[in-house]
Amino acid sequence: MASKKFKSNTIMVPVPSTSIVPERDAGKLPVLETSHLGIEFGGLKAVDDVNLAVGPTEICGLIGPNGAGKTTVFNLLTKVYQPTHGTILLNGKDTAGMTTEQANRMGIARTFQNIRLFNNMTVEENVTIGLHNQIRYNMFSGIFRLPGYWMGEKKQHQKALDLLSIFDMTHLANAKAGSLPYGAQRRLEIVRALATHPSLLLLDEPAAGMNPHETEELMENIIKIRDQFQIAVLLIEHDMNLVMGICEGICVLNYGRVIAKGTPDEIQSNPAVIEAYLGKQKEAK
Amino acid sequence: MNQKHKMTITHLFTHALEICESFLRQPRIMAEKIYQKHKMTITHLFTYALVICAYFACQSMIKAEKMTLSLEGQLVPICAYIVLAVSLNLTVGISGELSLGHAGFMYVGAITGVIASMWMRYAFTEESAFFLFFENMNIDFALVRMLISLIVAGVFAGIVGFIIGIPVLRLRGDYLAIVTLAFGEIIRNIMTCLYVAVNKKTGALNFTFNNSDIPSKDFKLFIKGPTGITGNSPKIATFVIGIGLVLFTLLIVQNLINSRTGRAIKACRDNRIAAESMGLNVTKYKMIAFVTSACLAGMAGALYAANFSSVVPSKFSIDTSILILVFVVLGGLGNILGSVISATVLTLLPELLREFDDYRMLVYVVVLILTMLITNSPIVKSLIGAIKEGAKKLFARKNTENGANS
Repeated sequence: MASKKFKSNTIMVPVPSTSIVPERDAGKLPVLETSHLGIEFGGLKAVDDVNLAVGPTEICGLIGPNGAGKTTVFNLLTKVYQPTHGTILLNGKDTAGMTTEQANRMGIARTFQNIRLFNNMTVEENVTIGLHNQIRYNMFSGIFRLPGYWMGEKKQHQKALDLLSIFDMTHLANAKAGSLPYGAQRRLEIVRALATHPSLLLLDEPAAGMNPHETEELMENIIKIRDQFQIAVLLIEHDMNLVMGICEGICVLNYGRVIAKGTPDEIQSNPAVIEAYLGKQKEAK
Repeated sequence: MNQKHKMTITHLFTHALEICESFLRQPRIMAEKIYQKHKMTITHLFTYALVICAYFACQSMIKAEKMTLSLEGQLVPICAYIVLAVSLNLTVGISGELSLGHAGFMYVGAITGVIASMWMRYAFTEESAFFLFFENMNIDFALVRMLISLIVAGVFAGIVGFIIGIPVLRLRGDYLAIVTLAFGEIIRNIMTCLYVAVNKKTGALNFTFNNSDIPSKDFKLFIKGPTGITGNSPKIATFVIGIGLVLFTLLIVQNLINSRTGRAIKACRDNRIAAESMGLNVTKYKMIAFVTSACLAGMAGALYAANFSSVVPSKFSIDTSILILVFVVLGGLGNILGSVISATVLTLLPELLREFDDYRMLVYVVVLILTMLITNSPIVKSLIGAIKEGAKKLFARKNTENGANS
């Protein structure tokens, strides 16, 4: 197993040096491996020295208080920002200097914290955009409606409906994406990300704004997706029931640094994590 | 008949009604589904049908000699404006980039198209193999010249569009509008200095930026710098070619929008960041839309120039760009059929307003403002909605009544 040497960043507690990759994936190359990942905006270190390893079929959580830099880590992984320090290895390949679009082709797909759907397009079209690089035909056959167009469209339609059926959304295929209810929009984002055939799925607060029942369903679905597509999932979430319920490994960020790493049980009893989440109470006294 | 029997009969009757309705409901739902599924295709076919119908209507009017000469002279320019509006709609409506340099591409197309057609006129004499080839096939050589000049114009305008697109598409929003406006003017100003002459015997072309460089002997000067295109005769643009170009443009734009490429273009418009993270090369798709649009604008320019014996450069100034943008905005962003209709109506309107004499443009503007206000006012919108609802209800009731009778 390609274990990461873990460098402690926090002064208070030594971070457990065990890797969080589960036993099932032992011996396999991690799908994502970052070392000393960091970015500076001017003088501000938004993310500093983050070391992550995610196994090929692992569900991994990234948690931390607001403003800890979780979404920035996602933006670094998907190359929305270019990291100023460190490296990102995707399936063992360095992604330095790549664009967002190239990173996606390498097998990294994401959803967004504030939903970013193609609002003026139908649900099915949204999913077909995800399939853009999977099912191809050239522009020429598109304009002159050559056989390639009909075959490609048929395949895309079928695949899109298959993907939508994961979340029971096939009946919404012709609805405008912008007119869907909030929960359905979140689910559609996941379907769209899955359509790009990723090996690593990044979910940015997938349960935000969902009621407990919907969250429960989402948890089942995330596990289902992992099993069906054999992909790794890295998720940011504030809902601790979800995180503790499905994540096999958890990484806690605070002020852009990793303060703890480990299994859900380890994290729950980690004093540094408790301090990061509840520390303000002490100060208030 | 006692009460019980009456009850049973009423009961049976209601049942029969329900069954009839359910039989009718199925095909209605089916029809609705088919409409939902092929909504775009139906709209497209309707657009083609409308253009073809308009063509036949005009032809019959010309035959019956009911069309005024000034209106007849407007037919080809209207075709050119429709092509321009539809192509600009691809940039502004579908790709979401506000471009104000469309007349620039039109001018590039006009110049290159005229050069191509003049060159062919003198280079291929009536004895040349090329000429005889079409003569034998019974094809008018003027038509060949027009078609080739359209292709040349499209290619050159596309190339210029690509070159301009490289720096311009890095910008967004207002900056893009300003820079395209500037580029449109730059193109026009460069072209204003250009002199082109053709050797009447050999067909050799002579390009220069200095008027005095042109040898007067045997040469015919047909692009005269600030005076623009002159002596472009005989006119080779016909209404048939114009309608053909409109249909060609509709084919390209509508099919492009509804293919893999078009969806990608729309995705880049709706949400750039999401499109990037879905693995789309945003710049590539913006460029495809921009170049296609420029290419079609060039063709429209060539058609427009071929319809007049002389065209001044000021015809291709910012005013024309704005005029085309007005067509697009009034027809609805992303609405191809709307662009076709608004380009036609707004080109005809000044003709129809001739009675107002000096106040013509004033009335034109008032009409524009009123159209925008009226189509956007909530009262009119709700009225249209109510009419639609009423029609639906009437249709539905008729159906059930028929069902009950049968």
